[in-house]
Amino acid sequence: MNDATFLEYVVFFAAAVMILGGAVGVVAFRNPVHAALGLVLTLFGVAVQFVAMEAHFLAAVQIIVYAGAIVVLFLFVIMLLGVDRSIDLSIEPLNVQRPLAAIMSVGLLALIGAAIVQSRDALEINPGTGVDTATATGDNDANINQLATNLFGDHVFAFQLTSVLLIVAVVGTVLMTRKWPKGTEDPVEDGAS
Amino acid sequence: MIAAIPATSYLLLAALLFAIGAFGLLIRRNPLIMFMCIELMLNAANLTFVAFATELGDINGQTAVFFVLVVAAAEVVVGLGIIVAIMRRRPGATADDLAELKG
Repeated sequence: MNDATFLEYVVFFAAAVMILGGAVGVVAFRNPVHAALGLVLTLFGVAVQFVAMEAHFLAAVQIIVYAGAIVVLFLFVIMLLGVDRSIDLSIEPLNVQRPLAAIMSVGLLALIGAAIVQSRDALEINPGTGVDTATATGDNDANINQLATNLFGDHVFAFQLTSVLLIVAVVGTVLMTRKWPKGTEDPVEDGAS
Repeated sequence: MIAAIPATSYLLLAALLFAIGAFGLLIRRNPLIMFMCIELMLNAANLTFVAFATELGDINGQTAVFFVLVVAAAEVVVGLGIIVAIMRRRPGATADDLAELKG
């Protein structure tokens, strides 16, 4: 494995700062709209890391689906519900919760970090058949071609099941949030059906 | 091999992101922000998947990320639908207020 160039380190650390800064923003911002914007920053940082690892298709999907659809949905719901006001974070009903949460998070990080550092040399146990990348093969579509072959070949049944999942999610959400006209039965409230 | 930056760096970054997401999920009371923290944790898992796919040269890791994206989208739709339904009944509800589910 060749050594990383200076530019690659710059990209990695810039994207890492984006990711962690956005994540801290989601947790710490008092206004939900600002938290959603912090989430966008994190998602873009993750997309940059995907590009750095030559997963170009996933980077594009990350931007389109996450930043384009999911965050917009978040912002839409925030404004629909009118909760785009600052929340006073100093109020904490359970006094022990924050210290306990901090201890648990640091413990989780220490556990995962120790596992990663311990297994650093063991990562090469079971190498796969190789990931086609644009720089290695010279073909700009290499990654998306390989991903499509894998997705529609090995995982085609799971891919078809995702359509069922999406239909169920959409129908369930519409049923749940719909306002029933007066006089008609509300199956959700009556628990009839 | 194109990943000149060792996979360990990516994995540690993902671990940090996951820990921040878990911390936020535990301390925040607003259901919407809790949802965003779940998204952070899902992204940490995605980053790990892609790092291992690149490191081990196995495209299945990237396919897994694709499925995580689909499930995350469906999960957000259902979760926000539940939040809208709850908020319509009792505006300004926090996660504490949902302890008793009786309308």
